[in-house]
Amino acid sequence: MLEIKGLTARVEEKEILKGIDLVVPDGEVHAIMGPNGSGKSTLSYVLSGREGYEVTGGSATFDGQDLLSLEPEQRAAAGLFLAFQYPVELPGVNNANFLRTALNATRRARGEAELDAVKFLKLARAEIKRLSMADDMLKRNVNVGFSGGEKKRNEVLQMAILQPKLAILDETDSGLDIDALKIVADGVNALRAPNFSALVITHYQRLLDYIVPDRVHVLFNGRIIRSGGPELALALEASGYASVIAEAA
Amino acid sequence: MSARTKPPAPLEAVAGAFLARYEARPDGDAVRAEAAELFRSAGLPGPREEPWHYTTLRPLADAVFDAPHADPAALLGQLPDIPAPRLVFAQGRFRADLSVLPAGLTVHTGAPAWGTLARPAVEKLVALNTMLAEDGAEIKVADGVDGGTLVLASLATGGAFHPRHAIRLGHGARLTLIEVNAGTGAYLNNPVFSVVVADDAILSHLRIQIEAADAFHLSTLYAEVGARGTYDSFLLSLGARLARMEVHARLAGEKSAAHLNAAQLLGGSQHADFTTVVTHDAPATTSRQTVKNVLTGQSRGVFQGKIEVSRIAQKTDGYQMNQALLLSPQAEIDSKPQLEIYADDVKCSHGATVGELDPDQLFYLRSRGVPEAEARSILVRAFLSEALDPIAHDAARAAMEGLITTWWDGQIGREGAAV
Repeated sequence: MLEIKGLTARVEEKEILKGIDLVVPDGEVHAIMGPNGSGKSTLSYVLSGREGYEVTGGSATFDGQDLLSLEPEQRAAAGLFLAFQYPVELPGVNNANFLRTALNATRRARGEAELDAVKFLKLARAEIKRLSMADDMLKRNVNVGFSGGEKKRNEVLQMAILQPKLAILDETDSGLDIDALKIVADGVNALRAPNFSALVITHYQRLLDYIVPDRVHVLFNGRIIRSGGPELALALEASGYASVIAEAA
Repeated sequence: MSARTKPPAPLEAVAGAFLARYEARPDGDAVRAEAAELFRSAGLPGPREEPWHYTTLRPLADAVFDAPHADPAALLGQLPDIPAPRLVFAQGRFRADLSVLPAGLTVHTGAPAWGTLARPAVEKLVALNTMLAEDGAEIKVADGVDGGTLVLASLATGGAFHPRHAIRLGHGARLTLIEVNAGTGAYLNNPVFSVVVADDAILSHLRIQIEAADAFHLSTLYAEVGARGTYDSFLLSLGARLARMEVHARLAGEKSAAHLNAAQLLGGSQHADFTTVVTHDAPATTSRQTVKNVLTGQSRGVFQGKIEVSRIAQKTDGYQMNQALLLSPQAEIDSKPQLEIYADDVKCSHGATVGELDPDQLFYLRSRGVPEAEARSILVRAFLSEALDPIAHDAARAAMEGLITTWWDGQIGREGAAV
């Protein structure tokens, strides 16, 4: 379970998060929606431990553990996964090696046995097939020369292989056509389980047609100004953020 | 009493010591005598000469070379595990007992192999080599013959030595030459190579410089490539206190090619200099240079790459790229590209990048659970892969990757999180 209390954070002296309160119980999928600049990506980076994001107050715990005191790799080992809005290219790093290194590092940190190359490839090939990805995806360098959709699918592939307890999807739907969107949503839905939760950050309601959230939160100006059920997303789609913002003001 | 003579400058003193060594054992050899005269008047290269602007031999003045103290045979274990015949030189002298002679090619040892390309009147270190050379390998691959793989190793435990090698590939011949320079203690290795690649021949020259931490490695190589021939070289430079690898490659025949790729991995107060001059002297010739530097500690890397295109060398295609990863604030890279083009229909480009590890890439790896030190190691090896991946010889490439991993682990041990 993710529990965020009064979280404030700044980037280069500019306060972006101004007091976030949010609880994502086990087994639930929560959506965070909001206009550009509301702090959505900052929240995902603060939770995953990116440098340059300074937490100035509040707390974030994950299964009772103080998330904010952990290194990024420790957060991953604890079961946190961030699907990047802009997946990073790693020239010279083979995608299969990358995935296996990540999986085994995480398994090591959890005290589990590492997977050898054969077992890993079997697992990876099965996931690739399920995500309708090209077979050569494993042979290519990480995200190098990938289309926007391929990059996002590669994020979902990593998530499927690493099997996190909490996934944060940072605008994973941006730049996806409808077929790719369905594949990505299927990838997330396949992970849905009583011990898996997700925070789906998105601009648009469209993704939430396929990943139906338990709760929807509206983030504006560094605060959650409204929370509700899936119907809130539909209302936002119909009338825009302006009315919700005006209501909260 | 006349004015006191000024004590000689440090480098002059070093040059004087080398001359004294020559004079102590006159042998009447005309080649050596002529080189001695050249060296007497020229001395060692100094900072006022443009090609020596970034690298000074001044540390030679304070260096005390060990007397060769151990049997270099004990150093055989330093040679990478490459299943191939090998010519082993110890202290610059051929050691038949440590060597495994190749079949299918001609090898002569026991005397300097002067070759045809060296220019003692131009390169001062070559004059020094010529004056003091005692031994070397003459390697010939006959027309049309594939000479396979040959290891040429130098092992040292002290002293100063000046090997002189000549390699000649006949028409259409092939050879993979894996040169390894290793040792222990303080010494100077100053080899000179004359390399002739005839028409349609291909020499793949893989060079592994893993000299001892207190060693000096000063190497000069001349190559000449005939029509449609290729001199394909890769240098891995990670040893020695001071290393200077100078290559002069002349593309003499139409459609010939030279690849002078390198990776310099330096730490502590190491200094390594890769200096190349490629002369395009025939039409439709190609040169490729990708030079990667990974620098930690207070180390300093130098790449000077000159491309000369003569008037007749139309359709020349020259490419040069120097990239450096600076992993500490005290590390330094000096990069000097030079183009001299006298033909009008050519394609020549050069570029240089300097940077640290990309924080976005580091975070991406760490967010996937990869610990920081491992993430850094992955990114450093990825940086080098562009230069290493094209190496066709699997065992040599694997050996070099192993050396890089060992080097990197050593850097982490030495500098901790600073790397």
